[in-house]
Amino acid sequence: MSNTAVEFHDLGHAYKPGHWVFQSYNAEVARGSIFALLGPNGCGKTTLLKALLGALKPTAGKVVMDGRSAFVPQLFQVTFDYSVLDMVLMGRARQVGLFSQPSVEDEEAAMASLERFGIAHFARHPFHELSGGERQLVIFARALVSEAEILILDEPTSALDLKNQIVVLDWITRLSHRDGLTVLFTTHHPHHALAVADNALLMLGGSKYASGPASDVLSEENLHALYGVDLKLLPFEHKGQLHETLVPVLPYASRARKEPQLPLS
Amino acid sequence: MTEAIMADPAISQAKTKTAWTLEYGWAIPLLLGVGVLVAILASLCIGAYPMSFAQAARIVMHLAWPGPLPANPPWTVKEITVVQIIRLPRVLLVTLAGLGLGISGTALQGMMRNPLVGPDIVGVSSGAAFGGVLAMLWDFPPVGIVGLAFCGGMLAMACTFGLAKLSHAGTDSMITILAGVFVGAFFLALIDLIKHLANDAQLPSMVFWLLGTFVGADARKVAMIAIPTLGGGALLMTLRWRLNLLSLGDLDAKSLGMNVSVLRWAILALVSLIVASQVAVSGVVGWVGLVVPHCARMLVGPDHRRLLPTAGLLGALFVLGLDDFTRAVMKAEIPVGVLTALIGTPVVCFLLWKSQGKGWGRE
Repeated sequence: MSNTAVEFHDLGHAYKPGHWVFQSYNAEVARGSIFALLGPNGCGKTTLLKALLGALKPTAGKVVMDGRSAFVPQLFQVTFDYSVLDMVLMGRARQVGLFSQPSVEDEEAAMASLERFGIAHFARHPFHELSGGERQLVIFARALVSEAEILILDEPTSALDLKNQIVVLDWITRLSHRDGLTVLFTTHHPHHALAVADNALLMLGGSKYASGPASDVLSEENLHALYGVDLKLLPFEHKGQLHETLVPVLPYASRARKEPQLPLS
Repeated sequence: MTEAIMADPAISQAKTKTAWTLEYGWAIPLLLGVGVLVAILASLCIGAYPMSFAQAARIVMHLAWPGPLPANPPWTVKEITVVQIIRLPRVLLVTLAGLGLGISGTALQGMMRNPLVGPDIVGVSSGAAFGGVLAMLWDFPPVGIVGLAFCGGMLAMACTFGLAKLSHAGTDSMITILAGVFVGAFFLALIDLIKHLANDAQLPSMVFWLLGTFVGADARKVAMIAIPTLGGGALLMTLRWRLNLLSLGDLDAKSLGMNVSVLRWAILALVSLIVASQVAVSGVVGWVGLVVPHCARMLVGPDHRRLLPTAGLLGALFVLGLDDFTRAVMKAEIPVGVLTALIGTPVVCFLLWKSQGKGWGRE
């Protein structure tokens, strides 16, 4: 097994001939690393994920996935109201024969996976009654029980409150660093990518992209080119280590703060 | 990795929690299975010729496991003739039709992620009916009617999904239902055209057959519906957990390692086969495949491992009950298709009212 879990070469897709969503993209995702995909709405992040998952045949280029993958969609909704245990059990699809039903061992593995994420007490609960963050953890548990080696997440922190965003990001880090899973995720939050990703790819439109170590790629200049807004990289120290985070520069707020606030009399 | 998870001390607690599903989850389908057997025997007692439950049971046991005939059998020749020739074929035909429709509707709803779908909604019943009347117009033998009904059902299903695909709707949109309505309307128009072309001898039998009736049931008709329904139903039963996965959506199911398109077409073919065999022997019996899965979901939840057998058995009980009602209460033979529509419409309206604001899958 090579050290590269996912790679794509000269990858491009056009829904209409000549109208490329993205073109000539190249990247390699090292096994066990975290890789972030960033770009504005409509730049083709989900299209790229679909191409990686094999759900969409790219117009150009090739994708190599070396290992089993599991997908965590954005805002997971189900038509039928399955229990949490039923949802996690579905992760065993590759292990259960086509004409067979999940065994007791499969159910035990699903329960153990829920225990791992600390949500086993929800096993009998309807999936739709859980909060957004809890649902994400259930889908993580499903990915883990599927024995996936590559985890692909589509905007895993969207529509989550701050606490759940941190919980999900923490689990992404744990799954990668402790369990050796390769994690590839899309996000609209550059500071999330900076916090957890080893490498990042910025989809700048057409054949333009920036790819490399997250700390290099997520520069103020690149992010300005990507989103057309200003972000500042701020260093901070935590447990003796120097980290960086990104904060937006709000033009109006900056002007407003220059004027001293007079106390009301 | 799973082994590492299994080594977790929390596993003992997990075992306790999972036991419930495996031990008690099957109670309702098992009870329904017993209920269907009792209903079959009870149905044999209904009719002009009086017969006790015990006598019907004795005769059925003798027919099911024929041994040497006792010197003084506990039944009369008339009784065994009534059961064997008249009542049992009809009761079995009705049971199998209900079973097939319940299973087909549930499989379609799960696969298409849409609880508003049924064999008659996606056009498969109309397509099968078109095949059936075409075979009747050409004076085909009964096997030919089943064959053409199956081809018509498959053609209608392919048209519905083709239309939905053309609009990039996939299987998870109201577009599929609309496409089914269009395709159904088209095949209904073709049926009217065939009725127009039929001669005076063919037309009355076509019209009565299209209303959905179990009159004229015999052993040959039972065999015609039993083989596709039990065979196709058994295959669908083996795939019932896969229906859970299909109901998540294409992208998710693919990412879990499933060959979605192959599995979907296999299920569509099995559903078409079951519905076509039902339509071929008893005409269009609507609403069962739409209403029964909802009722079954209320009983056992959405997991298709329990839902599919429950819906099949509930469908059998529902159609059997309606047929018993027509035979016991009504003087005239009302086509059961008329009754299922009369009952199905208010039931769907009730479910629509009950599920307001919660979504259809969450009764």
